[in-house]
Amino acid sequence: MDVVILARLQFAITTVYHFFFVPLTLGLAVLVAILETMYVRTGDETYKKMTKFWGKLFLINFAMGVVTGIVQEFQFGMNWSEYSRFMGDIFGAPLAIEALLAFYVESVFIGVWIFGWDKISKGLHATVMWLVAIASNISALWILVANSFMQQPVGYVLRNGRAEMDSFFALLANGHVWVQWPHVFFSAVATAGFFVAGISAWHIVRKSDQVEVFRRSFRIAILYATIGVVLSMLVGHSQAQYMTRIQPMKMAAAEALWETEDPAAMSLFTIGNEKERRDVFAIRVPGLLSFLAYNKFSGEVQGINNLQLEYMRIYGPGDYVPPVAVSYWTFRIMIGTGTAMLLLAFYGLWKARQGVPDNALYLKLMLWAIALPYIANSAGWIFTEVGRQPWIVVGLQKTADAVSPSVGLGEVLFSLIAFTLVYGLLMVADVVLLKKYAAAGVPDGGSTKPANAGAV
Amino acid sequence: MDLNTLWFALIGVLFVGFFFLEGFDYGVGILHPFLGKTDTERRMIVNTIGPVWDGNEVWMITAGGAMFAAFPHWYATLFSGFYLALVLMLLALIVRGVSFEFRSKMEDTRWRALWDWMIFFGSFIPALLWGVALANLIRGVPIDERMTYVGGFFNLLNPYALIGGLASLTIFTLHGATFLTLKLGGGLENRARDFAGKLWYPAVLFLFLFVAGTYWMTDVHERLGLNPGVVPTVAVLALFASRWTISNRRDGWSFILTAVSIVFATVTVFIALFPRVMVSSLNADWSLTIYNAASSPYTLKVMSIVAGLLVPVVLIYQSWTYWIFRKRITPDSHLHY
Ligand code: HDD
Ligand code: HEM
Ligand code: HEM
Repeated sequence: MDVVILARLQFAITTVYHFFFVPLTLGLAVLVAILETMYVRTGDETYKKMTKFWGKLFLINFAMGVVTGIVQEFQFGMNWSEYSRFMGDIFGAPLAIEALLAFYVESVFIGVWIFGWDKISKGLHATVMWLVAIASNISALWILVANSFMQQPVGYVLRNGRAEMDSFFALLANGHVWVQWPHVFFSAVATAGFFVAGISAWHIVRKSDQVEVFRRSFRIAILYATIGVVLSMLVGHSQAQYMTRIQPMKMAAAEALWETEDPAAMSLFTIGNEKERRDVFAIRVPGLLSFLAYNKFSGEVQGINNLQLEYMRIYGPGDYVPPVAVSYWTFRIMIGTGTAMLLLAFYGLWKARQGVPDNALYLKLMLWAIALPYIANSAGWIFTEVGRQPWIVVGLQKTADAVSPSVGLGEVLFSLIAFTLVYGLLMVADVVLLKKYAAAGVPDGGSTKPANAGAV
Repeated sequence: MDLNTLWFALIGVLFVGFFFLEGFDYGVGILHPFLGKTDTERRMIVNTIGPVWDGNEVWMITAGGAMFAAFPHWYATLFSGFYLALVLMLLALIVRGVSFEFRSKMEDTRWRALWDWMIFFGSFIPALLWGVALANLIRGVPIDERMTYVGGFFNLLNPYALIGGLASLTIFTLHGATFLTLKLGGGLENRARDFAGKLWYPAVLFLFLFVAGTYWMTDVHERLGLNPGVVPTVAVLALFASRWTISNRRDGWSFILTAVSIVFATVTVFIALFPRVMVSSLNADWSLTIYNAASSPYTLKVMSIVAGLLVPVVLIYQSWTYWIFRKRITPDSHLHY
């Protein structure tokens, strides 16, 4: 065990955990804002109940997103000080802008939204929710500007022993941002869609006394989920093509493609030998990978062994191959769960043409399907970040050179255990509360001032 | 004024805003289990900061981001050097943030007691650690020629730093109490004022010890001379004067005075540092300064434009929320938390 492995493990655990809450925030904020706008427009109390019910679940999730995010803000300095010194000139800027432009808006206006029901006008209150929703998604944009720089460095020069910013606009105009952000956004829409549809389906099956609220919620959510999944997949496809150009090694690892092929076959199932870099057993569809990469059934896709030789020529001796099995399987898990989501969403949308689906099995299944987007999101990030290894910033700095020299093994071990433990316990409390409030249903009357515990 | 100085000043402003705002948040968190005798009272106390605590905390997040963008070496050395202290602080802040949202979501008394104590520790630990950190910044820590901290954890727990920690802890708690005299209703504001009266003594004591220690144990008097100047004097006098306003029920003035004391004390720290950002106790030449720790001129320029556009807007809408929620909290208020 060395410090680098532990620091990586800690970064992975804390960020994936943070990203457990982020997509629901991004997607549900928009959905709640839509519901509240419908209430303001129509004056229909049912929409108000819907806003409050989903808003309450939103807030429980939001709290967890906020506190896990604080750790992220400081972690680059704590565990990756050499990275911060080398990249800070460029990388710090988007983080600072994210705070100034987005976190302030989000955190200030969420307070107004929670406590302002009877203090400001209805229209203003709905506007406040829109501000929260837009700011959340802008915060995602800026953090992805930062992340995209690590995947595809642009707008910099090497000077004074570090990377210095050369063009701020190049950072923003980075092509990687404009495939990554839409993919993350639509995945978040799908996440919120499945969350709302799943809980609504459960209430419909149980025929709880507020069925109207949940029937309407289901119909809106299944449409929302369908839009999210379809667009997330379409953008994902162009993202894969983009990746083939700028990070060919990641694509090769995603496909466990050892040798360059033209036309390239796509693997459906491979058991490989990573040490010797060859397949032990594989089922492959001829030409399909070329199609994924170029939209036609021919075209060269570079293989791992060829790329390794090329990188040794450019960057000197070393191992430039990311962990192939992790890349390969996380990519497949993301696409597999995505496909399952697509089928469930299409079926539900088809049935929802009039009313809601009456198929009890499907409705029960939808409760469990809430897990699918979470699996896809985590797998997607693990793929993106693991597939970038051994680089922390592609072509500029290796992960092993980025770690803090002053932080010892014992210290990282302590923090890793402490964060994991606290996160684990909080997850239990969070799920208990979400379950309680998701199951409780909607209070009657729609009073604006519920006297009791936990009212929004 | 060059851009390096401007950014040093701006980060100073962010910390001033943070300690002024989050100072009373921490104080409220520390006081609420003692000040509130019943569940409703404790809820009222927590809800005085309900709509604002998250926005206040963003001042710290922004200060961190601004350090990263403008002085990457400061960000890197400070947070990797004070590693374990920061881990403790982060754990406290994590638990504190969710506690507000979680505590009243179950009727169970043990559940609520659990989160109440989490709010207490989650506020107590950072209130203490911030003073420890700032004191160490002024006093100097072992930093080698590669800007790397080589001191370990226990080096940070020297007597001077601990006094600094107790000073920030007691002053924030007092600040929280004067805040509560303004925000609570239903008679609780009187109890808060009594607390403030008692808290005044330790706050003054530790501030005094900290000032004395700064003369005795740091190089500040060599650099700035024996005459402290206006800023630190105001910080001390304001705290002294609050004794009078607290006894005379001038609650608005009491809050202003504890606020002034915090603001001027923070400014003092930044004056004492300038133009260094981290002092090396091994060799003065190895200190980090606003020049050798800074970003490139281009980045500083871009960030200056961004900050110039955004900071005023933030101030406007954040002030607006304090205006909306200016009423006192009574048992019939909308208690979300
Ligand atoms: C702004 C930069 C940035 C952003 C937005 C993200 N990451 Fe990342 N990630 C890093 C910057 C980074 C890093 C600092 O570069 C790490 C630490 C070590 C490394 O190699 O890359 C990293 C590592 C890393 C690893 C471990 C890879 C390995 O060490 O093998 C995982 C699983 C993730 N990240 C997952 C995520 C998730 C779930 C994110 C969504 C919130 C995420 N990353 C956003
Ligand atoms: C590793 C890099 C990251 C850092 C440094 C970081 C930093 C932070 C911080 C400090 C907060 C708390 C803000 C507050 O108190 O209101 C936060 C929350 C948030 N972050 Fe992250 N974050 C990271 C990754 C991401 C990514 C990749 C996304 C989106 C794609 C994202 C989206 C959000 C959102 C929407 C919130 C609002 C709170 C919530 O999630 O419920 N973050 N983040
Ligand atoms: C056919 C469907 C999909 C394809 C082809 C696809 C493609 C991709 C690719 C190529 C990446 C890596 C980008 C890079 O590293 O440069 C990625 C990342 C990711 N995917 Fe997917 N994806 C699909 C479906 C989904 C679904 C359904 C979700 C979630 C609901 C999802 C969530 C993510 C996330 C969160 C990331 C990490 C962030 C990013 O790099 O964009 N994906 N996807």
